[in-house]
Amino acid sequence: MIANLELVIDICLLAFLIMIVFASIKITDLFAVTMLFGIFSFVSALLFLDLDAVDVAFTEAAVGAGFTTVLMLSALRLTTRFENVKHRHSLLGLPIVILTGAALLYGVADFPNMGDANAPIHHHLAPDFIRLTQQKIDIPNIVTAVLASFRGYDTFGETVVIFSAGAAVLMLLGMGHVERKQEPEKNLILWVVVKPMIALILIFGLYVQFHGDFGAGGGFQAGVIFASGFILYSLVFGETYARKVIPATILPRLSALGVLIYGVTGLMSLISNKPFLDYNALSSNPVGGQHLGILLVEAGVGLAVFSTILLIYYSFSGREVIHYE
Amino acid sequence: MIIIGWLSDVCLLLGGFLVLTGAVGLLRLPDFFTRLHAASVTETLGAVLLIIGIMLDTGLMLDTAKLILLICVMFIANPTITHGLCRAAAHGGIKPAMETKSPMQNSTPSDSKNIYENQIQTETGVSGKAPK
Amino acid sequence: MNEILGHFNYGIVILLMMMGLYIVIASSNLIKKLIGISVFQVSVFILYITFGKITGGNPPIIVDNVDVYSNPLPHVLILTAIVVGVATTSVGLALIVRIREAYGSTDEDDINDIDKNDNFYLKNRSTT
Repeated sequence: MIANLELVIDICLLAFLIMIVFASIKITDLFAVTMLFGIFSFVSALLFLDLDAVDVAFTEAAVGAGFTTVLMLSALRLTTRFENVKHRHSLLGLPIVILTGAALLYGVADFPNMGDANAPIHHHLAPDFIRLTQQKIDIPNIVTAVLASFRGYDTFGETVVIFSAGAAVLMLLGMGHVERKQEPEKNLILWVVVKPMIALILIFGLYVQFHGDFGAGGGFQAGVIFASGFILYSLVFGETYARKVIPATILPRLSALGVLIYGVTGLMSLISNKPFLDYNALSSNPVGGQHLGILLVEAGVGLAVFSTILLIYYSFSGREVIHYE
Repeated sequence: MIIIGWLSDVCLLLGGFLVLTGAVGLLRLPDFFTRLHAASVTETLGAVLLIIGIMLDTGLMLDTAKLILLICVMFIANPTITHGLCRAAAHGGIKPAMETKSPMQNSTPSDSKNIYENQIQTETGVSGKAPK
Repeated sequence: MNEILGHFNYGIVILLMMMGLYIVIASSNLIKKLIGISVFQVSVFILYITFGKITGGNPPIIVDNVDVYSNPLPHVLILTAIVVGVATTSVGLALIVRIREAYGSTDEDDINDIDKNDNFYLKNRSTT
């Protein structure tokens, strides 16, 4: 019965997704399309939740629906709002898309059924990861264990990618101006409600960061949530004040520090003659070493993601709008 | 225990009904502000009643505390968000559809959409020209 | 029937991919293209997460009295892919902002027209 219910929810959410994308193909107001894309991300987060991927759902809700929407809106402020419908190449698009879709459909026919426990994917690495997490790492969240320990190399690479994306945005747009002429209008209701809300968001970010071993969460989500607290502050109280709380100049250093924490954690195990990112070397007790290593690595990821996200937001929001006729 | 089960069912049904009302209102009401009013019914009382129903159903756990915190946040945040949206809309120049005739019968959603689109076109200039 | 329901997710994923690709090809607005790429990206995420699902399984967080967990490996891959995705999207948006500042437009056709009409290269050639 429960399995059937999951399937029903799955089908409904997928239908929602299709409708949202259809609507965003038709609509030419990019503002509306951006909001639709935010809804799309939220619905796909629900879908991930339905498919048992709690960590992924959390990340998608925080990053995809939260930050991407803010980012697209601040980019729309700097660009134009409407799409020119006359410049649509529908005739070029349709045959290519249909051909690609047909080829993919042909390939999909051989896939195992969804939810089939005998599918090859469930028999090679996953059982080992589930068993070894219980034996060697001893934290409940298998995703965190795989992310930070078993596949630590991958996550290191991804943290570096995020760092370099932040550097690229910084090079393209700069940090923005500290002084802005326009301040947001004084709005007492927003001020009163948002102040305790920011505190709550920051505490929740820390909870997600340090509770990532036990439940859904971890450095990636916590960094975005922590940054969203400051983004909210900047939206409501004006960017001048937000830049006084966390100056833009400190953020690239924090971002680099996050990557450095991750790298140094790996190097520490090299010193005691173990492979790179082997946390067993960090403590006399291997399990304790794993716990310490995962904590340090997640802290590095959280710091890097937080500062990069906030830096990207500052870069976009601090840039002057150029008006053309 | 049976009473708690009944209470839970009542909360869930009422919450579901309110969410449905909000959805119908969102489709049927004439302009932005009234639609927002319908949507806020969904996200305050509808969602809170659904959460209370789930809480009663699962019994006392650590998650119950988290859900209570969630309800507190929703009760504070959602009206504020609605207020902020209204303010932004008023700031952006969207006027409430003021009509002497009954809006439900004579003004279909497509009418109000046209008003909205006209509003946008007067506000923003034409883009796509090269800088001199 | 079972076969159809088992492959339903894959079909929808392909439909989403097609629509994302259509937005990328058909629309000439750069921001809309970026949204199309993001839709494409999310469809791939859904494909991976669908692979990891086991019917009757639980989220991969170890609890007592539970034996069947969904596959955690796709979750790890997609979790990091989402964050990397938003990082690359922000680089794309930053590029679009710079293009708008240089050309005054985010429309691909307009930009091409400006490039054709602008005889910058011809001028350079004649002077040197």
